[in-house]
Amino acid sequence: MAVDSPELKTLPAEDSHLVTYPRFLWECFKISFDGSPLFYAWMTGLTAIALVGVNAWANQMAEGMVLTNMTDHVSWGLYIANFTFGVGLAAGAVMMVIPAYLYDDRDMHEVVIVGELLAIAAIFVCLAFVIVDMGRPDRLWHMIPGLGRFHWPMSMLTWDVIVLNGYLLINLHITGYMIYSRFVGKPLNRKWYIPFVFVSVVWAISIHTVTAFLYTGLGSRPFWNDAIIAPRFIASAFVTGPAFLIVALHAIRELMRLAIPDGAIDTLTSILRVTVWINLFLLASEVFTQFYTGGTHAASAHYLYLGLDGKSGLVPWIWTAIALNLCAAVLLVLPATRAVRGWVVAACVFTFVGVWIEKGMGMVVPGFVPSTMHELVEYTPSLTEWKLTAGIWAMGIGIFTVSVKIAGHVLTGRSGLGSRRIS
Amino acid sequence: MTEVTRRATVAGLGATLGAVAFAKAMEPLRHFTEDLSLDQFLQRHYRELSPEDLERVLRRIEEDTLRERGAHVSVADDRPIPGVQFGYALNLSVCNGCRKCAEACHHENNHDRSTNQSYIRVFEMEQGSLDFEHAATHYDHAVPAPGKYYMPVQCLQCDDAPCVAVCPVEATWKEEDGIVVIDYDWCIGCRYCEAACPYHARRFNWSEPEIEAEEINPDQGYLSNRVRPKGVVEKCHFCLHRTRRGRLPACAEACPTGARVFGNLLDPDSPIRWVLDNKRVFVLKEELGTRPRFFYFFD
Ligand code: SF4
Ligand code: SF4
Repeated sequence: MAVDSPELKTLPAEDSHLVTYPRFLWECFKISFDGSPLFYAWMTGLTAIALVGVNAWANQMAEGMVLTNMTDHVSWGLYIANFTFGVGLAAGAVMMVIPAYLYDDRDMHEVVIVGELLAIAAIFVCLAFVIVDMGRPDRLWHMIPGLGRFHWPMSMLTWDVIVLNGYLLINLHITGYMIYSRFVGKPLNRKWYIPFVFVSVVWAISIHTVTAFLYTGLGSRPFWNDAIIAPRFIASAFVTGPAFLIVALHAIRELMRLAIPDGAIDTLTSILRVTVWINLFLLASEVFTQFYTGGTHAASAHYLYLGLDGKSGLVPWIWTAIALNLCAAVLLVLPATRAVRGWVVAACVFTFVGVWIEKGMGMVVPGFVPSTMHELVEYTPSLTEWKLTAGIWAMGIGIFTVSVKIAGHVLTGRSGLGSRRIS
Repeated sequence: MTEVTRRATVAGLGATLGAVAFAKAMEPLRHFTEDLSLDQFLQRHYRELSPEDLERVLRRIEEDTLRERGAHVSVADDRPIPGVQFGYALNLSVCNGCRKCAEACHHENNHDRSTNQSYIRVFEMEQGSLDFEHAATHYDHAVPAPGKYYMPVQCLQCDDAPCVAVCPVEATWKEEDGIVVIDYDWCIGCRYCEAACPYHARRFNWSEPEIEAEEINPDQGYLSNRVRPKGVVEKCHFCLHRTRRGRLPACAEACPTGARVFGNLLDPDSPIRWVLDNKRVFVLKEELGTRPRFFYFFD
């Protein structure tokens, strides 16, 4: 064997994943730390916000959850609100996967990975929110099946752990497989990702359904103990997912200079045009049922929309949300605005914020007000809670930015071993 | 400097700065990790502890209480007595809302002094209504007030307890004598049980409980009144460190009106059985199907 021949020495090794995979990771690492001044500024900003969050969390761990404004009456607050919203965002990403794979939309197929990467980033955000909400994150291992005591299938929270982590793994696999295959220049083997894509569609629905069941299963809280919560969650997920993705695709096209087909954005806009109205319709059904029946059962809804016994902390929030969602819904159908990019983007931002309020604070907090014994204790998040919330979202946006950047580089052939091989 | 090395230098500098900033941001966490020993971290679920392990844990808790709070205490592990099923009944016709029970609980169970915590809350109810919408716990006047009656509420030790069902790590469960307990060393502090309990019976330790050494009740139980760690949930446990030794719960002992009747449901001669046999009793929110072991009645 000609040991000193460089070709013979490196060729077989290059085929081995043991060599190419670390190289792939190294390349990803390099891409994450290399970019334009704008990219540096963006990532530095996000990192700074994330660090403020990390610091707030460290303080919260040291002092206890007193640093939040939660109480025994309102025992879940901004964290769980954001968690719930984040699950919707993760599930909403499937609105790219369905057109791409179920309807064979070519344009969507080209950019579908952006949706899958959003799902990953959103799940990281959700997991972070759950962890910061825990009084004892050091005991997280008590939840690991086998090691701890996993109260499955009784506890809905264990189901949520399964579906969220499952969804994360499925999407990590799909996107990782695609990017890595492209990196080494191998053609995709459908067997290795198509089944997972289909599973991910069903799974996306499941994560938000199970998250809704966390609430609807509690008979003690009439505001949540309602069959409409799960459908509402799904409908609003299909609002936030497309809304975020439309804005993200525009940003990717403008700032990362990647080709984004108009068809993909148009399809997402068409979806959003319908889902914002469905979301509003479900809201209206809920409001009617609550208010027409009245009685103690409707106390939470009263508190949320009108205020109760002089307490009205959530009233401005929820009406802002409704106004934002209505504006977006109208902007998306009016002939004068629905085809104008600026208006569509504005509609996306409006409805994104609208759903964030409605499904976050607007869904979680009224479940506790009035409490199970009809006491009216209000809740406004503390500075610690806001810092942590900003930090976690900054982390999520950072993960999303970097992963899109890596995918863009590799899938457009700017990085990879493939080109070298062909030459 | 070439463009590449300049970029590498900037990136390297950025990464170093980032790492330093991260370490600084995490700094306060040191307080938390310092308080947490490896033994504590690795401790198994109460029901998986061997007798020797349990013994070690109990002694360690005693040592920790001495070291951290300067109080000599003894922590026991009282097990359910075969043939005993605990039940509680409360006579609403005689309860006068004095809150002596809540106070006794506060002292017996080493509650946080700063929040004046207790497992019992007494609702001042409006005559003619069973609706808590017209009730208040924060009354501050001579009792009994005209037109009012009083309803103390604590954990009802439900036989079909939603709090037990929802716990993701089985940190809370129903014991053979009917008491729903919490392993404070296993609870992860997710507060799902607190959201699930229909009676607002559960409390979360938002911070380390504050209590002077000389005020600590030294007679403690692992599953009951030992001083709770921060970040976990707690609730009434029918004073199992007393009742499993044949004593009354502190609240029943403290009640000046005799409104509280506690005992073994399986003992035909017990006062609780007499109440259940002879009075028209009811439970709170029966429609939820939680099957409480805590009954109310009017004379
Ligand atoms: S009263 Fe609440 S805490 Fe007590 S057993 Fe019932 S559900 Fe659980
Ligand atoms: S707070 Fe503790 S006891 Fe309650 S559900 Fe969570 S882990 Fe279980």
